[in-house]
Amino acid sequence: MTKRTDIHKIMVIGSGPIIIGQAAEFDYSGTQACMALKELGYEVVLVNSNPATIMTDKEIADQVYIEPITYQFVSQILRKELPDAILPTLGGQQGLNMAMELAKSGILEELKIELLGTKLDAIDQAEDREKFRSLMNTLKEPVPESAIVNKMQEAVEAGNKIGYPLIVRPAFTMGGTGGGIADNEQELRQIVDRGLALSPVTQVMLEQSIAGFKEIEFEVMRDANDNAMVVCGMENFDPVGIHTGDSIVYAPIQTLSDREFQMLRDVALKIIRALKIEGGCNVQLALDPKSFQYFVIEVNPRVSRSSALASKATGYPIAKVAAKIAVGLTLDEIINPVTGTTYAEFEPALDYVVCKIPRWPFDKFTKADRLLGTQMKATGEVMAIGRNIEEATLKAVRSLEIGLNYIDEPKLHQISDEDLEEGLVEAKDDRLFYLAEAIRRGMTIDELADKTKINLFFLDKLLHIIEIEDDLKKNINDSEILLNAKKNGFSDKTVAGLWNQTEDQVRKFRTDNKLLPVYKMVDTCAGEFDSETPYFYGTYETENESVVSDKPSILVIGSGPIRIGQGVEFDYATVHSVKAIQKAGYEAIIMNSNPETVSTDFSVSDKLYFEPLTLEDVLNVIELEKPEGVILQFGGQTAINLAEPLLAHGVKVLGTSVEDINRAEDRDEFEKVINNANIAHPQGDTADNAEDALVIAEKVGYPVLVRPSYVLGGRAMEIIHHKGDLDYYMHNAVKASHDHPVLVDHYLIGKECEVDAICDGKDVLIPGIMEHIERAGVHSGDSMSVYPTQHFSQDICDQIVHYTKLLAKDLNCIGMMNIQFVVHEEKVYVIEVNPRASRTVPFLSKVTDIPMAQVATNVILGKTLREQGYQDGLKPAGELVHVKAPVFSFSKLNGVDPLLGPEMKSTGEVMGTDKTFEKALYKAFEGAKLHVPDHGKVLITIRDSDFDEGYQVAKRFRDLGFLLLATGNTADYLSSKGLKVKKLEPKELHQMMLDKEIDVVINTVIDDKDHGEYVRTLAIAHGVTLFTAIDTVFGMLDVLESQSFYTKAL
Amino acid sequence: MKRYLVLEDGNIYSGQAFGADANAFGELVFSTGMSGYQESITDQSYNGEILMFTFPLIGNYGINRDDYESITPTCKGVVVHELARRSSNWRMDLSLDDYLKQNNIPGISGIDTRAVTRHIRSKGALKAVLVDEITDTTVSDLQKASLPRDEVATSTTSKAYSVPAIGKKIVLVDFGLKLSILRELSARNFNIVVLPSNSSAEDVLSHDPDGVMLSNGPGDPKDVPTALEMIRGVEKKVPLFGICLGHQLFALANGANTFKMKFGHRGFNHPVRELATGRIDFTSQNHGYAVDRESLKDTDLEVTHEEINDQTVEGIKHEIYPAFSVQYHPDAAPGPHDADYLFDRFMEMIDENKEKGKVSHD
Repeated sequence: MTKRTDIHKIMVIGSGPIIIGQAAEFDYSGTQACMALKELGYEVVLVNSNPATIMTDKEIADQVYIEPITYQFVSQILRKELPDAILPTLGGQQGLNMAMELAKSGILEELKIELLGTKLDAIDQAEDREKFRSLMNTLKEPVPESAIVNKMQEAVEAGNKIGYPLIVRPAFTMGGTGGGIADNEQELRQIVDRGLALSPVTQVMLEQSIAGFKEIEFEVMRDANDNAMVVCGMENFDPVGIHTGDSIVYAPIQTLSDREFQMLRDVALKIIRALKIEGGCNVQLALDPKSFQYFVIEVNPRVSRSSALASKATGYPIAKVAAKIAVGLTLDEIINPVTGTTYAEFEPALDYVVCKIPRWPFDKFTKADRLLGTQMKATGEVMAIGRNIEEATLKAVRSLEIGLNYIDEPKLHQISDEDLEEGLVEAKDDRLFYLAEAIRRGMTIDELADKTKINLFFLDKLLHIIEIEDDLKKNINDSEILLNAKKNGFSDKTVAGLWNQTEDQVRKFRTDNKLLPVYKMVDTCAGEFDSETPYFYGTYETENESVVSDKPSILVIGSGPIRIGQGVEFDYATVHSVKAIQKAGYEAIIMNSNPETVSTDFSVSDKLYFEPLTLEDVLNVIELEKPEGVILQFGGQTAINLAEPLLAHGVKVLGTSVEDINRAEDRDEFEKVINNANIAHPQGDTADNAEDALVIAEKVGYPVLVRPSYVLGGRAMEIIHHKGDLDYYMHNAVKASHDHPVLVDHYLIGKECEVDAICDGKDVLIPGIMEHIERAGVHSGDSMSVYPTQHFSQDICDQIVHYTKLLAKDLNCIGMMNIQFVVHEEKVYVIEVNPRASRTVPFLSKVTDIPMAQVATNVILGKTLREQGYQDGLKPAGELVHVKAPVFSFSKLNGVDPLLGPEMKSTGEVMGTDKTFEKALYKAFEGAKLHVPDHGKVLITIRDSDFDEGYQVAKRFRDLGFLLLATGNTADYLSSKGLKVKKLEPKELHQMMLDKEIDVVINTVIDDKDHGEYVRTLAIAHGVTLFTAIDTVFGMLDVLESQSFYTKAL
Repeated sequence: MKRYLVLEDGNIYSGQAFGADANAFGELVFSTGMSGYQESITDQSYNGEILMFTFPLIGNYGINRDDYESITPTCKGVVVHELARRSSNWRMDLSLDDYLKQNNIPGISGIDTRAVTRHIRSKGALKAVLVDEITDTTVSDLQKASLPRDEVATSTTSKAYSVPAIGKKIVLVDFGLKLSILRELSARNFNIVVLPSNSSAEDVLSHDPDGVMLSNGPGDPKDVPTALEMIRGVEKKVPLFGICLGHQLFALANGANTFKMKFGHRGFNHPVRELATGRIDFTSQNHGYAVDRESLKDTDLEVTHEEINDQTVEGIKHEIYPAFSVQYHPDAAPGPHDADYLFDRFMEMIDENKEKGKVSHD
């Protein structure tokens, strides 16, 4: 077979906004796919609503549409572009679902558009529970029985059919509250009775118990000639029961004998062949640890999160190969890009161990339910490579950036044995730390295996780490013990803690003793063939394979795992910086720890070091590579935090100097800067303790905005109106200290806006001003924003430009900076300056057509803005209006209040572009899945201070013909103003929500006053469109009104 | 305890001793398989060789009673990066360390196996020793020492035995037989007689077999000249199927040539294409010699399979007689089961041959 010549134009559907379970990995796979198709000469049309992606860059596809991935818009694009085929298997579940919807609507048939990769019936067979079950029956492959029931009688029937023991899980309850294991019908009746009552959707899931089985995953490929292969097998540290996205995963498989391995490999190949997938597929299996019995848990008929991990773990570019297969090429025709000499028909052999640890958002969502189960909760992940499990695991732990450098969580030292036991059995995000603590307390690994069902092989690795920890403690400054510790992944910082020394002392001792890491290549073939992949990991062995070239190089530090506040936007900027470095004639070297990203695709940079982004690991690479300098502006707070320590170790930090970075980030320093420049800003100060905070608040006046210093994404940020609340916050929400003070600012009510600017020391390029839809008080990352500004006078824009120039120059900015403003009573105040690329860089780059990270990188490397053809000042806006909307993952996270506030909660973003503000807004809402029909029922519950605006909202909805529902005080207030409102009691409300009778929920009450949080949670659980900020509702009303005719009786 | 891996080119790697308290001498080879160390260590094709695993963690699931590929392992030594401290698997009987001790095979751990693999990749397979002490003459002794050439004789069964069943009769000539070949044949109900490697054609035919299999085995096929005459005598009479060394011997018997590869193929991920159909299988391989493609030109043999990357001859068949052979292990163990259909094909060949026989008698 060769590539198909009967098709010429192919549409690729992206995965849309980043949500939990569907993250940056699809930017990686989508980008690879588009490039592979273009490479083969096809015309590529891309649709993706997410601007913060490399794949939506103009050069990735021939036609890039940043439009909502909904039937309305995708079908319009299909009619306009008339592609020959659609490739739906590289855009995650979103891409696949869209393709299904298109196919079922008949438009593909009508326009004679073919689905490539996986046929519709195969998608159906894998996705539909019953069809999947029947396929597995045909293949004689066992699947665990399960059923979803809403009534007792259904539960009993299903239970008796499936057989006992059974796991009962009520839907949407905190921590699976009300669930349990039933050994017989009587127990089942008890548990289901309770479960149905507790579940807000009166639903429980029954499942045949396979708890304690090993969870094994295979990434499989197949081509049209029926060649099939396994790219990578992976084994979960956590037994079955925890979503694989929330599990610690090792590659390759560790504890299976070859007989078990081959048995499961056969199953995976049998399934991909039965589904006739042309491309990649993910097969998840459960294996009894005490027999050969296994079950097929799940099949994803597409490229998945796991395939991104498998690609990075093996070096095998699954998405690229899958795209080529989809257009007819076969595995034995495609060259393995890693070796350059062998074919893609090759099952990679690893000679290292990969460890993936999920990154959960519980540092931000402190009230979220942390119990892990079948619903994935992690926002991102880290991967680490080592020559053994210990090394890979400890490297991964220190890549997580959760404030812990090692498997030692000091908070656990004090907990009771009972609490410890609970932490072991009830797996939460921090179980690894509980396991380490249990071993320190002397629990044997056999006991631990018994309690947790985690394989002894893995537990022994943890025991080994703790033994080395003991060895280190007993043998201070022993180079042999240190070498052993380094081989097993211990960081200098951890050793320093155990030796009561500074990290620098340990580093010096280590280097004096010539204990230096070497770098080994990831080559897919365990060294069997010569490879030239520039993809390396560090370890403590004898032979270094990373050859330093003569070409001058620049090191770029990536942004690590994706978390709330530091998302794929930073990877976007990192990749652009790398491109600019290469164009400027340097070798671009990148370091990062995140397997999901484009930046860790080894073909992006000249050299990739897949390493933790700690001072030690970065310095090690710098000492080997001796780059001209390091660029930190694009890697978010992760990279910027390295600026000072790197400088202290004599590393040249390129761009804005470390001293100036500090002047922007340090509160007192920054205060001096703005006072000197005479720039207005909210009054405030830093407090080391509660007393200071109260004094400051008194001085500047309530309400005050409080937050800890040096954080990203507004962690622990709150708006406080009263003294008592401030006192509570200072004592409970933060740990204030002299080194980590809390910022207390007067809170100004007004419109917020922000700019990203690039400065070369002389000129300041301002690509655009972004106006936020929601007023100050909603975190900028959670605000909708519009470019160009819609509601600002020329005078305000002038003030913004003036302040931006002043600040850029006063801070001696070289490269990028981001400034946030609030406009209060026609006056502009500066709220915050970030001396680095911000999360708006991709959005603004796209809408202004200025590749900002590249321009900034060129500036950093010494090329002025004028030399690059840019002018000083604000770039005039074009004719189109662009709206960016945040996207949330609340439905995945029990216990997180969806109310917007100063703490960032969104996981992703979409963009809507059109000729008018209302049309662009509509697209942004549609892209963010905030759909409001043209008539229906609106439920309004608002806080007292919003009553005036709440009335306007209600009135406008009523005028459009919506029926108004409201609770308690809101209902009384609206009635008193003469609106026809139905007042709902909580019970009635619950039932209406269940019956899907409510179309929109507007709810702005804080916490659970007036059942606020309860109603919001219900809305999320039932998928009802929810607004928690009045300004967003005004935006929606503008859209609705613009779409309807004005009707008025005479 | 310290132990050293010494190569004939003078490279010395130090590590920790495990397994037997003994020295070892052999050719150092590497296998890239990530599982199946039990099967590999007990595979007699490694007779005379020191086996190094490129996967860094070995011993993870211990040793079990079922997965042996021979009763007495004949590999000379084992080189690993890291030996599992605690093995864990429900079938495990003993640890790898204990097993090697029981079978007098020394091992060494703590080696930068990737560095050694890369070294072999550039230098080719090398003679090596595992020793606990280095003396002035360790390297020079190693350079002088010659590798044994009687590996087949030390691997094969000394006496014929049968593995009875009620199916077709097969004579399996044992050159260092992997037990999984017997497993595959037994699974197909073959009534098997296993004969020693030095059996003659008369010996083989005296059992009136429906088919004959030539097993895998260690070393250079040219060290087993007696087998060639036997093969020539048998192939005309009954369907024949050769695996690995059996494949090389089949080629030599029919006038083709074999050569020593630089560092061989050892692992499970070698893709092999069947030329007639385009079908590609991932195969389990363990060979340091291969059939010379050029040498097939003037013979009655033709290439049926090849490795897709380096085009090594992986399978041949006789143009006249019902006889074929493959360089890899369709019996897998360790490695993928992709090619086990070849045993079915052998069975079909036997059936067809019988049908033909009937026709000609009529």
